[in-house]
Amino acid sequence: MSRLSLSRVMSAGALFAIAGAAYAAGADLGQTTKQATNWVAIIMFAGFVVITLAITKWAAARTRSAADFYTAGGGITGFQNGLAIAGDYMSAASFLGISGLVFGSGFDGLIFSIGWLVGWPVITFLMAERLRNLGKFTFADVASYRFAQTPTRIFAACGSLVVVAFYMIAQMVGAGQLIKVLFGLEYQYAVMIVGVLMMLYVLFGGMTATTWVQIIKACMLLVGASFMALAVLYQFNFNPEALFAKAVEVHSKHDAIMAPGGLIKDPISAISVGMALMFGTAGLPHILMRFFTVPSAKEARKSVGWATTWIGYFYILTFIIGFGAIVLVSTDPAYLAVKMADGKPVLDATGKVVYDGLKGGGNMAAIHLANAVGGNVFLGFISAVAFATILAVVAGLTLSGASAVSHDLYATVIKKGAVDSAAELRVSKITTICLGIVAVILGIAFEKENVAYMVMLAFAIACSANFPVLFMAVLWKDCTTRGAVTGGFVGLLASVGLTIVSPSVWEAVLHNPAGSALFPYASPALFSMSAAFVTIYIVSKLDNSPQAQRERLIYPAQRVRSETGLGAVTSSAH
Amino acid sequence: MVEDIAARVSANPKYHRLVGTRGVYSVLMTLCVMVVYYGYILLIAFDKEWLAGKLAGGMTTSIGIPLGVGVIVATIILTNIYVRRANTEFDRLNAEIISEANRK
Repeated sequence: MSRLSLSRVMSAGALFAIAGAAYAAGADLGQTTKQATNWVAIIMFAGFVVITLAITKWAAARTRSAADFYTAGGGITGFQNGLAIAGDYMSAASFLGISGLVFGSGFDGLIFSIGWLVGWPVITFLMAERLRNLGKFTFADVASYRFAQTPTRIFAACGSLVVVAFYMIAQMVGAGQLIKVLFGLEYQYAVMIVGVLMMLYVLFGGMTATTWVQIIKACMLLVGASFMALAVLYQFNFNPEALFAKAVEVHSKHDAIMAPGGLIKDPISAISVGMALMFGTAGLPHILMRFFTVPSAKEARKSVGWATTWIGYFYILTFIIGFGAIVLVSTDPAYLAVKMADGKPVLDATGKVVYDGLKGGGNMAAIHLANAVGGNVFLGFISAVAFATILAVVAGLTLSGASAVSHDLYATVIKKGAVDSAAELRVSKITTICLGIVAVILGIAFEKENVAYMVMLAFAIACSANFPVLFMAVLWKDCTTRGAVTGGFVGLLASVGLTIVSPSVWEAVLHNPAGSALFPYASPALFSMSAAFVTIYIVSKLDNSPQAQRERLIYPAQRVRSETGLGAVTSSAH
Repeated sequence: MVEDIAARVSANPKYHRLVGTRGVYSVLMTLCVMVVYYGYILLIAFDKEWLAGKLAGGMTTSIGIPLGVGVIVATIILTNIYVRRANTEFDRLNAEIISEANRK
């Protein structure tokens, strides 16, 4: 054991530092340059839009009640829902970001994708069926099952909206940058197209349209990525060893891409980012709401089984795609950016131009590979898939934000539940329009800003505010309203506050000098999530109000319902 | 009343068997995933050289790559094993408990 030096422990941290950095890289596609208009891609994308609008029209006829709007009437099967959940998770950021990371540093990309995946079994084993059994439309239904409605719902709506806001800004800015590169459209138009289409899906088709758009996109992405991976492996007679050998030969880092590497960061960041990854997934409102679209706990379990399968398969594909890009893209000058100085190409001693990474940046690896293995038409297809991906994810986020406002705030807090389905539906639609407009404005406002920290922040808030409240409300009998709400807000404020004084915001966004950040770690999750759990525990233990005693008395009945599904919402009324 | 049925469910020993067995099973499965995941992470932390070692002499593929893909595959398999058992064995028991509670 004497070999366990500090530097080795430190290097454990490096893994997560990479994960954090790659998260950042994935969400923030960087400042990109506008490319020539790609008509094939635009026609392919137009085809996707026509199909999805037709689906929206079909879904609109079936979206009459608030239940249809929020949960597609509970009529989605486990298999379909699994694809939709996988679609929510396989965002453009993860597709382009992970393959870009593999392209840049090989093995480290694999470690990173494993981190993304391990939250899913945890949701399956501990949360999925309980969520389905206790919930109706939003995760607040589950959290507030035996608690005082007003404070719990206000907390849950805040938790949802803050997570949705940060996630959404990152997606919108990513969308604008990506579309500028892929389609040659102006940034503002790209963001507006995303905003308008997303509003149409959600407004008219509600959850039914949002789910089917997500399913179609997930299928397109899986088919496209499978084709790319197979095309790469085909060139090496389906022998990964030959692929790796060629990659090591041509990559500038050579054999280092076969080994764990990366930046050295502290172990605290390691644990902290790991916790945000694992438990944040179980607190994302747009993922949680999908558990209410299936008719039973059995289908909810099937959903996560399928979702985990597809997501894991997809990560294996992105690994192959990243290596394929090393071999086929990095060796072809057509895909490389010429290094420029003072507006002129830089020449080496022999008078040849010097190349400086990929055209459009490292995240374009998968896009260029599409061209390399399938020509311009397939490039158009993959570009259209990337656009569709952003659209579908943004629609899901908007729907979960709208349900937090209309179901939690309007129907339950303001109207105390005395509201008919039509009025609630109207409020959801108004909220959808407002959220769409806000998303477009924020997307344009943040165009030149550094939004790299936002996805990580959304995960940190989800695991520090939403997850502890859900977990304790469902599994701990002594938890009370006061404890849950206080602890939830402590987690929310701590995760936001610590992120502001961490290097990724304090130094990178607010331009304070390097090293001046008060909180030195990559993610606040370890501290903010612990603070939330401890606060919930202490405040609940000290709470002996009559309300708290009533809540503890209801726990056994809640437990029966969460475990057996007795009395659970089976399917919505029409 | 749902409350009465809930009280009968609570009184049924089968309910306690279901909650106990499934609870222990889901905690065990969670631990399995944690062991696989953190095991891999710690291996990277403490023995990078071993992971970077080649599968066989003259090969390029390092030991870490099939192991990493193995972690992904293991995650998928463990999740689906749980789903299968919960959807058959546990759901059968669950259905019995509910029908017994409704009958009385």
